[in-house]
Amino acid sequence: MLSSRPFKELVIISGKGGTGKTSLVASLVSLNETTNVIADCDVDAADLHLILAPKIKQRDTFSGGKMASIVAEKCSGCGKCAELCRFGAIVPTGNIFRIEETGCEGCGVCAHFCPEQAIDYSSVINGEWFVSNTRCGPLVHAKLGIAEENSGKLVSLLRARAKKIALAEGHKTIIIDGAPGIGCPVIASITGANLVLIVTEPTLSGLHDLERVGELAGHFKIPVSVCINKFDLNEDVTRMITTLASVEGWKVCGKISYDPIFTKAQVAGVSVVEYGESRVADEIRSVWNEVVTTFA
Amino acid sequence: MKIAIASGKGGTGKTTIAINMALVLSDNEHGVTYVDCDVEEPNGHIFLKPQITEVVPSFVPVPEVDKEKCNLCGECGEICAYSAIIPMKDNVLVFPELCHGCGGCSLVCPENAINEVGRSLGVIECGTAGNIKFIQGRLRIGEAMSPPLIRELLKKIPESDIVILDSPPGTSCPVIAAIKPADMVLLVTEPTPFGLNDLKLAVEMVRKLQLPFGVIINRCDLGNDDVLEYCKREEIDILLEIPNERRIAEAYSRGQTLVEELPEYRERFVELFEKCKKGL
Repeated sequence: MLSSRPFKELVIISGKGGTGKTSLVASLVSLNETTNVIADCDVDAADLHLILAPKIKQRDTFSGGKMASIVAEKCSGCGKCAELCRFGAIVPTGNIFRIEETGCEGCGVCAHFCPEQAIDYSSVINGEWFVSNTRCGPLVHAKLGIAEENSGKLVSLLRARAKKIALAEGHKTIIIDGAPGIGCPVIASITGANLVLIVTEPTLSGLHDLERVGELAGHFKIPVSVCINKFDLNEDVTRMITTLASVEGWKVCGKISYDPIFTKAQVAGVSVVEYGESRVADEIRSVWNEVVTTFA
Repeated sequence: MKIAIASGKGGTGKTTIAINMALVLSDNEHGVTYVDCDVEEPNGHIFLKPQITEVVPSFVPVPEVDKEKCNLCGECGEICAYSAIIPMKDNVLVFPELCHGCGGCSLVCPENAINEVGRSLGVIECGTAGNIKFIQGRLRIGEAMSPPLIRELLKKIPESDIVILDSPPGTSCPVIAAIKPADMVLLVTEPTPFGLNDLKLAVEMVRKLQLPFGVIINRCDLGNDDVLEYCKREEIDILLEIPNERRIAEAYSRGQTLVEELPEYRERFVELFEKCKKGL
């Protein structure tokens, strides 16, 4: 039962990109007085390490699947592979065929049916993952290879590792920086979590995307809280967000002002709450207090 | 000409660039199609306000086992790379949400016991926004895979002088699916440490795909000069810079287009297009 785990998982997502997830996570992990494990699950555009300055303790490669490639000398040019490939990854080249790495989904159908046994089908490294120490606690993070697949699997691996560390070292909270969108890396980030905190912005795009990602969390029966970043950019849309939250039963954990301090802190390589006293730092503290209350 | 607008980091201004380009170019007598490939969170419609005339549901073919015909040989489980079909002692379990639709299981089944049925991916919506042909994909909430919907969407793009592919953020398979057909990619970034970090990843991505590209710096007067210096070192053309003006952000928040709110920007988007043409 989730409630009997010795740790809780908080996932910060957004739907829309650029709302301030990573900036907020950096501040929240700085504020957490009980120790936490941090997981950067935005694996194809990971940025949290730029603030947390991790010291890598452990690293390993990640293989999420296989890739097919045609051995040119053996290819007779029959085209059976291209006929069968459902992903448009096989293209003619001269008299023979070639598989586009960026299109191959690793299903193995071409290799299975090639009459010349001319297709090599084997495991590939999709990326690398790391366990590091930071001033805010252990960080589990990764680098997905460019144009690679299986981001969901890599996210699952990171979460599993974070849980292992939480259990072994007695951390009470796992804080997960999620990816934008609603696809497989996001789903892999939120399933089974105790609470999802959606960082949104008061724009019509932000509102639209909030509805979708909120629905996704509901689909997986994860409780939702909302934080409205840059709220004073458009107070009408801020009101629309609070109305939506109220209708959906999502707690609004706080509102953060639109302020250049976010960028200044980022450029300085620290979280907003570490950058010094500011109104925004107070607002973030208030968000964290609300999250802690919701968690309890 | 197909121009893809991508980025590594989310929220840099892809949709802003894409829809404003579409508006300006369609006014200049070009035939323009705007394609919203960010099927997880499509936002273009908020600004273009299209009349949707066609909604087409999209599916991934997933296996359905005919228990009468199945002899439990296990061949389907052998070929499946995704653990989506698992032969057991007296039954075959199917996990349709894991299936990539490769068709392998139905091809190898010696008893023809596997039919393919559709797992709903979402919908493709077509319409018009003034002179602009509009098409977007909308992923079903709970569906993990966006590339198959993006590929279906790309097949349905109507013929046009100019096709603008508004892509999802990131550097992995959804973006690849969206930008692959492009003649030119515009990478939108912001001059911050996160922006630079993700821009480098995006540059690696377009170089891997061997696509011509240029950079657009949004909110160019905040942050620091590291993005500018990176582009100079890498000899990457910066095709447009937009300053960090609150009124631009406020207009965006209301669903208003940049060129509507600040008509002086129209010329800049025309220039951007001219640079794209030269880039080829």
